[in-house]
Amino acid sequence: MAVDYAALKKGGFMRQKQKNNFSLRLQVVGGNLTAENLKKIAEVAEKYGDGHVHLTSRQSVEIPFVKLDDVEEVKEELAKGGCKPGVCGPRVRTVTACQGNQICPSGNIDTYDIAKKLDARYYARELPHKFKFGVTGCQNNCLKAEENDVGIKGAMVVEWDEPSCIMCGVCVKACREGAITMADGKIILDTEKCNYCGRCAKACPTDAWKGDTGYLVSFGGLFGNTIHRGEELLPVVTSEEQLFRITDAAIQFFADNAKPSERFQFTLERVGLDKFKEVLKEAYNG
Amino acid sequence: MADYEIDDRVDITDVVCPMTFVKAKVAMEELEIGQVLAVTMNDGEPVQNVPRSFKEEGQQILKLIDNENGTYDLIVKKLED
Repeated sequence: MAVDYAALKKGGFMRQKQKNNFSLRLQVVGGNLTAENLKKIAEVAEKYGDGHVHLTSRQSVEIPFVKLDDVEEVKEELAKGGCKPGVCGPRVRTVTACQGNQICPSGNIDTYDIAKKLDARYYARELPHKFKFGVTGCQNNCLKAEENDVGIKGAMVVEWDEPSCIMCGVCVKACREGAITMADGKIILDTEKCNYCGRCAKACPTDAWKGDTGYLVSFGGLFGNTIHRGEELLPVVTSEEQLFRITDAAIQFFADNAKPSERFQFTLERVGLDKFKEVLKEAYNG
Repeated sequence: MADYEIDDRVDITDVVCPMTFVKAKVAMEELEIGQVLAVTMNDGEPVQNVPRSFKEEGQQILKLIDNENGTYDLIVKKLED
């Protein structure tokens, strides 16, 4: 019987150089695995693989040297440890995330929560080519948002609260953009320079900077054969609802306009950024 | 508005991150709760980060003074051990 490699690839089994051996990719969200997941992965790698696992460049786990005949058994075994096979090929790939504000002091958003919601919404969706989402918590950009077809970066939209301020001057120096100045007993924020990093609010000893959650979204990132930095085409996004309207619009634009095997950035270049911006604007404004 | 008296001083201009905050924190450990420490630090990374680190440790920042020689004095009141 002929082996259906496309079906295997869709199910996360990557053909290896070694005949009848597959590297099984797992579904991981935001780089998080439970101890239970890890125990099962270790067990399967020892029993069905060659005793090692590979961590992919995008936070997934692959178990190499799984034999073709064992594919179904391996899936059943992994399911007992709460693990599912991932996907390869032309569809929505692993949603990556940094640790976000539940763990990291620098985080502006709960990246894992956003990653889980993106995963539930889009993971494995069939598209003309691969499509990657990445979620990073702040301007430190540990997760490299702009490498992704759609990158999301946690932001903080700040406002000075005069009564709470002791004019200590800490925020003026904490700001790396030179957006904050202190003069005549007032703090002035240059909103043109503000990059929504939230460092003023995080450094302020009296919480005199009030911060609201925001998201900076970039589109068209590529980091393979061609390198292109995803571009922010919208002002800061201020609600989760608005964010998902935008991601829905972006992925639908790709589904509707891309040629087979064409990455998002090339679709945008061919179809025209202006056309995409119109769609985005509508989604942004609701 | 400078209603504080400095109980101790530490100069962290001779060390680099992450030793800047470590040196400042060690100096703070010598103080009693309620006492005030003046920390002299360089412009750039120390002045961007050290105030926030004190805040995250639960201490109270009172003032950041520009010495106009490339250094700053951060005035911190000890609230927690």
